[in-house]
Amino acid sequence: MNDLFFARSQMGMSLAFHILFAVIGMAMPLLMAVSEGCYLWTKKPVFLELSKRWAAGTTILFAVGAVSGTVLSFELGLLWPKFMQYAGGIIGMPFSLEGFAFFTEAIFLGIYLYGWNRVSPLQHWLAGIVVAVSGVLSALFVVLANAWMNAPAGFDIVNGQPANINPIAAMLNPASLHETIHMVLAAYVATAFLAAGIHAFFLLRDPQSVFHRASCSIVLVVACVSIPLQMLSGDFAAREVAKLEPPKLAAMEAHYQTSRGAPLVVGGIPDDATATVNYGLQIPFGLSLLVGDNPETKVVGLEDFPRDQWPNVRLVHWSFDIMVGTGSAMLAVAALVAWIWWRTRRLPDNKWLLRGLVCCSPLGFIAVETGWFVTELGRQPWIIYGVMRTRDAVTPMPGLVVPFTTFTLVYLLLAVIVIFLLRRQFMETRPKWIKREPVLQH
Amino acid sequence: MLETLIAAIMVAALIVYALMGGADYGGGMWDLLASGSRAKRQRQAIVEAIAPIWEANHVWLILVVVLLFSGFPRAFSAIMIALHIPITVMLIGIVLRGSAFVFRKYDSTEDAVQRRWSTIFGIASFFTPFFQGLTLGALTTGNIHLVGDQVTTGFFAGWFTPFALTCGLFALTLFAFLAATYMTVAVQSQPDLQDDFRRRAIWAQTALIPLAIIVFTTSKYGAPLMFHGLTNWWAPVLLGWTGLSAIVAAFALWSRRFNLARTAAVAQVAFILLGWALAQFPHLVTPDVTIQNAAAPESTLRLLLLALGAGAVILLPSLFYLFRIFKGQEQR
Repeated sequence: MNDLFFARSQMGMSLAFHILFAVIGMAMPLLMAVSEGCYLWTKKPVFLELSKRWAAGTTILFAVGAVSGTVLSFELGLLWPKFMQYAGGIIGMPFSLEGFAFFTEAIFLGIYLYGWNRVSPLQHWLAGIVVAVSGVLSALFVVLANAWMNAPAGFDIVNGQPANINPIAAMLNPASLHETIHMVLAAYVATAFLAAGIHAFFLLRDPQSVFHRASCSIVLVVACVSIPLQMLSGDFAAREVAKLEPPKLAAMEAHYQTSRGAPLVVGGIPDDATATVNYGLQIPFGLSLLVGDNPETKVVGLEDFPRDQWPNVRLVHWSFDIMVGTGSAMLAVAALVAWIWWRTRRLPDNKWLLRGLVCCSPLGFIAVETGWFVTELGRQPWIIYGVMRTRDAVTPMPGLVVPFTTFTLVYLLLAVIVIFLLRRQFMETRPKWIKREPVLQH
Repeated sequence: MLETLIAAIMVAALIVYALMGGADYGGGMWDLLASGSRAKRQRQAIVEAIAPIWEANHVWLILVVVLLFSGFPRAFSAIMIALHIPITVMLIGIVLRGSAFVFRKYDSTEDAVQRRWSTIFGIASFFTPFFQGLTLGALTTGNIHLVGDQVTTGFFAGWFTPFALTCGLFALTLFAFLAATYMTVAVQSQPDLQDDFRRRAIWAQTALIPLAIIVFTTSKYGAPLMFHGLTNWWAPVLLGWTGLSAIVAAFALWSRRFNLARTAAVAQVAFILLGWALAQFPHLVTPDVTIQNAAAPESTLRLLLLALGAGAVILLPSLFYLFRIFKGQEQR
């Protein structure tokens, strides 16, 4: 375990921690704005109450997301100075735009959270919409920078240094479209299913709660719309990865030998030494169909690449399968919800369905995390695909085990506290929501 | 030319960060030091002043960092290697501070629990700006050297010097002064609190005088190029303005002209940072990394400038709106 290992661990841990809060910070404002819009439209106080409760929870999560994001912007340089020196001038553009988008988000979130009594209801709602839009924009720009690492574009290499830089071409690189769509939808899916699970949990305790019925219907609409779109965008993304980064796709599918009529391997234990997958479920022609809509499509396998350019096949393959598995489970539940809703014309409140929603609540976040494992681990050993290796980008700083351990402990502590506070927030206010009709005070 | 313009914008963003985020740190320090029978109300007033704007205030730091790595990637790389240790400590401070602040708001209102969060928030509010001042000071010392793109002076050069350490102390005292002065305006409707903060502002301003002298004298050996810069033709003018703002601020606090005191304090902080930037010019890391030799290619800089212009069109009205909503009504 050397410094490179700890640098990668620290970066991975920081990103994995930040993404949870970033996703909620991006998607919750949409839910809040929808609910407040419903209030302005119908004047039913329950919707106002709902926006306020959601906003209170979002404050905590947004703050943790903001500080962990600040840490990341420094960690890019603290851990990977050679990468930033090489890439800063090329992908600075999306980062600068992200800075402004995040700025707008923070400003209007301040107005949204603390301005209930200070601006008119319409202005307040518009502030919420600005937060939702700028949140999506800032996610978009950050993902554009990541997409460039997977599909570098917009520069030439002259004597080992970047030249003829075109920041716009770099920003709109070939991987940008599928990555941004997939990430934005992922945020909505993950947040909607989490919220649906929480409200379903309370509905199981008190099926008549006006508050939880209203909230459940809003989040279920978002969930049922976003998950099928997400599955489609995932299919699109996989095809793009097959074109742009064949080793990543091969690792995702644990596909070792280049072949036509390639089967799709689900699960199993990939073995690099023998280039086979043990105990996997094989779907004949599946991979070829997935990549090229034709059972005879040729799919490039890992063996076409030098051994030192393989990612960790097991981790990438398993992460990919977990992502697809959780996505499919959510799709199934969403289909059931939509079907019952359409048949009965009322919010599905069947006990078993609600229990299913509770079980599904963490799935979206598992999919987000494993999806990023696929993107990042699948690109290794490269930090910029085909251009710079991760080991050449790392800081010369020794003793990186110290900051890694420190940040891990701090983040673990924060996670425990956040869960504790949110839980209390829900538990303490629950009786108030149930015992009386929510009253409009402001 | 283009790179100088970007660097000037970076300095401007840094000044705004000091004026906004710096005051937040100062608020945290006074939160920790709240005392007397009105301690609870002092804390309450500080929280109310900070809560709606602190997230936006701290984006200025991100803007500075992003401009640094987009516009001057070589400097960013060198700074992040040479000053890895103080910057990491500063980051831990930022994390603890931001989270303790919201946790306090949402945790139980029991005194013991609140005090625990206040303590973390307050301590982090002390050491974060200390390490920021120290980092800026370290860039000026001239102790960090590069050969090609390799930092050759290790990981302790620059920041572990008397000059950088006094810069840290100076920064935290300056922010304490700034925050206390802002607070005198924010609590205008509560004269007893206003008195508390007025006294604190005067104390902090008094502490700044010896600190400024120490920073200046240690710079002779600790940061010779900056010391040399401060003997340039423009230096007396700028030092004069800095001194004048400081005197006006102190006088206005003494005679309870709090709005004037706030304006003068803003000018004082801005002039100090401007003086530091001019004395440092054109170096980003004295003496090996300059604005010119670290700049990204021109195509990047031009687009960066364009993005900054477009961003400012959205950002400035939004900020104006934010401050009008939360800071405009206190002057009733």
